Amino acid sequence: MANEKSITLEINGRRRETTITANQTLLEVLRGLEYFDVKSGCEKGDCGACAVLVDGIAVDSCLTFAATLDDRSITTVSGLGKGEQLHPLQKAFTEMGSIQCGYCTPGLIIAAKSILDENPDPTDDDLRLGLSGNLCRCTGYTRVFDAIQSAAKVMRDGGEQG
Amino acid sequence: MNDPTTEPAAQANLQYRQVGKPLTRTDARGKSTGELRYAGDHVMPGMLHAKVLRSPLASARLKRLDATKARNLPGVAAVLTAAELPGRLAPTDLPGQTGRKRTDTDQQILVKETVRYHGEPLALVAAETVAIAEKAIALIEFELEELPVVSDPFEAMKPGAPVVQGSNNVVAEHKIRKGDVEKGFAEAATIVENIYQTQFIEHAFLEPEVGLAWVDEFEVTNIRMSTQVIEHFRYVADALDLPHNKVRVIGSLVGGGFGGKEDVTVEIYLALLARHTMRPVRLAYTREDSFFGHGKRHPFHIKHRTGFTKDGKITALEVSITTDAGAYVFLSPYVLLYNAVAAPGPYRVDNLKIDAVAAATNNMFTSAFRGFGSAQACVAYEAQMDEAAKILGLDRLELRRRNFIATGDTMSTGFPIESATWTEDCMDQAWTALGEKTPDHGAIKVGRGVAAYQQSYGRMTWVHDTSEAWVGMEMDGTVVVRSGITDIGAGQTSALGQIAAELLGVGLDNVTIYNSDSATTPLAGTTTATRGLLMSGNSVRLAAEAVRARFVERAAKEWKVPPETIDLGERRIFVADQPDYSMDLKDFVAICASEGILRSELAMYRAPFTEPIDRETGQGRVFPDFTFGAQAVEVAVDTGTGEVEVLKSVGAHDIGQAINPAAVAGQIEGSSHMGQGYALSEELVYENGQLMSPSFSEYLMPTSMDVPRYQAIILESRSGMGPFGAKGIGEPALTPVAPAVANAVADAVGVRVFDLPITPEKIVKALRCKKL
Repeated sequence: MANEKSITLEINGRRRETTITANQTLLEVLRGLEYFDVKSGCEKGDCGACAVLVDGIAVDSCLTFAATLDDRSITTVSGLGKGEQLHPLQKAFTEMGSIQCGYCTPGLIIAAKSILDENPDPTDDDLRLGLSGNLCRCTGYTRVFDAIQSAAKVMRDGGEQG
Repeated sequence: MNDPTTEPAAQANLQYRQVGKPLTRTDARGKSTGELRYAGDHVMPGMLHAKVLRSPLASARLKRLDATKARNLPGVAAVLTAAELPGRLAPTDLPGQTGRKRTDTDQQILVKETVRYHGEPLALVAAETVAIAEKAIALIEFELEELPVVSDPFEAMKPGAPVVQGSNNVVAEHKIRKGDVEKGFAEAATIVENIYQTQFIEHAFLEPEVGLAWVDEFEVTNIRMSTQVIEHFRYVADALDLPHNKVRVIGSLVGGGFGGKEDVTVEIYLALLARHTMRPVRLAYTREDSFFGHGKRHPFHIKHRTGFTKDGKITALEVSITTDAGAYVFLSPYVLLYNAVAAPGPYRVDNLKIDAVAAATNNMFTSAFRGFGSAQACVAYEAQMDEAAKILGLDRLELRRRNFIATGDTMSTGFPIESATWTEDCMDQAWTALGEKTPDHGAIKVGRGVAAYQQSYGRMTWVHDTSEAWVGMEMDGTVVVRSGITDIGAGQTSALGQIAAELLGVGLDNVTIYNSDSATTPLAGTTTATRGLLMSGNSVRLAAEAVRARFVERAAKEWKVPPETIDLGERRIFVADQPDYSMDLKDFVAICASEGILRSELAMYRAPFTEPIDRETGQGRVFPDFTFGAQAVEVAVDTGTGEVEVLKSVGAHDIGQAINPAAVAGQIEGSSHMGQGYALSEELVYENGQLMSPSFSEYLMPTSMDVPRYQAIILESRSGMGPFGAKGIGEPALTPVAPAVANAVADAVGVRVFDLPITPEKIVKALRCKKL
């Protein structure tokens, strides 16, 4: 088809060349490449379940056209840890009861990573604002805040590997 | 505590090694890394993609449907309309463990002639890509003749109203008669009468309905999907006229349910398309599909007339209940019953008269939602208690204290409460936890509210509920649990692992749980009705206890000691304080294996079985048991704009015994959030049957911007019917939240909004009316 284009994305540190159509979202492309850790919740930018980092900045992949991202770097939640070792955010979410159904969790962790990269010592109000694009129907956010604050401390103390 | 009694059995061993500990749930790691695959995260070679065509009208006659253009589109594998499904209907009853079901409320699978609600499916498409399927949907031509719409249950019951169901739209009625209500009112010093209304709301689980179906080489139709109820495989088979053993539903861990994945969703469509094309078919609802595709929470209209003595004792209660069943029956009769049974709340009422009716309309059908009628009942009875306290000049908490039901008292249906009733303790602890009151600030007024409740856990006792589970120990001392239970995010499976680990002396890390496969895991029933822990927790307990008993017997023989001295823990079997009598489980099971001692057990737990309650009086047993608790909330209301901020929100619940306290607290915190939205902002707006708010930008749930840090208080009476004396918490935690928020707002501004949601507009309007 005439509107097809070949682009290269660096996804979780690995270069992937893929053919896309002009109207394909990053969400569709990532899931098409079997990055199933990127969740689809609304496809309208309302819920944040599909959030990924593009060059370190959290975006809703459902609102981002893949065609605009040639040669850009994408990080999904499965790309945060190092092998078997969990990222401090993943570890804190896992161990602090911050996950229930878990469907919003990848987006929440990506959003939290983006918040902490900008502000390593956030207040709860910073978290409220930073997570306002991520809907969670199960947890009430209390333990999500706990996990992010706990991970932030670990990361400030040098606990993040790389 | 007005009832400190607990089951002796539950007190036997409070030194648990696994139970009662906030362990990391077995599903948490895979969810944090994104490696855990949900139902939508599977693909198969040659897979087709499905879409559903929905009616844009709520009431219409389908005059013409022509799919020729869609069928001729390259890449379309199938278009199914009612013409391809002669005589096929889908059950709408709740799935039981007995095989019995209502026979007269089945639903058309695709519209044949009459459209009854906005979004009712007209056709199904399966195509090579999602884009082609969408294009095919757009190419299906149809003509609808608009028919009159009835969108209000009171209108629907009037003579001459358009008939949506049955002969007169009345789909269910219940009566409860207890004591002498006239005598009770005659004894009353004060009678308080009010009407309370609740709205349609949406479950809004983050994972929309999704599934993947294929027909295998044994002619079995396999459906891997997101559902609370894998045992709908029987309904799928019935709808397709297949033997029950030729349909298999494989559940994945579910991305939220809350009752919205309790009825059949995508599975019949998937089975039809997979069998028609003989290729794998995936159907993933968009968010809009999800808004149109599953039943909603019932809006209720509840009139309370309550008689009180001058000291505040309830002398009589009369309740009139009307609800909107929407276009199909589904679970409305049961939701209505739950609402009626719960109408007096956690209070002793000896003279009671309740009349409840559900009517069909052209609104979206209503069905299960966390709290299942009982939550709406609490919205009414707890507002009524505050209104009564105001009139009686009594403290709100004191009025409640004077009326709380106690163990041994009979509930609305005349059946005595058997377990502990720590409602007062829960209320006092939640209230105290609010701490020092936040001061008013100009036009910002601060108010506080409390709501207490009782809520059933476990299904109605005449459905004869059962659950099976299999527990076994491997040769290396690790444990396997197999249970059909679906895990909808509350930690249902992980809790089963903790129970098995406790009884077989291993850690949760040593347990692997296989769940949610109708072909390979023992059937456990539904994950609904706050029954998971009661039913599957007990079946796992029974299975593990049977294995444990055989191990203990063998060890007692080995060491020539009484069986009761033997314990299992730390992956060993041993006699306490006797180092010579201690063996690694791995070595011990080797002995058992070589002697042919069975290291596994398939067990069934049976809930209490009864006959249905009396139709005329509503008297009899309805539920196995109840959870009691309370929510306390502090809000700040801007009296200029009507904006409400929730400052503090505390849930305190006697859950009998926490299996995993972190998971229990998670239920309470999450409920505090969900109930806040129910009270203040969430509403599905149906205008003349048309859904006006099918997206998250129109349907307003609280976000992270709207939440305080929620607080959870867990009380443990160990008096429940669940394993180790546990009660249920999944639904109960939600029930008191919205009324507590409503009572706090009324306290802040001095005037009540009687219909949820309590929006800024309604508050401003109520304040203006008050001033006039």
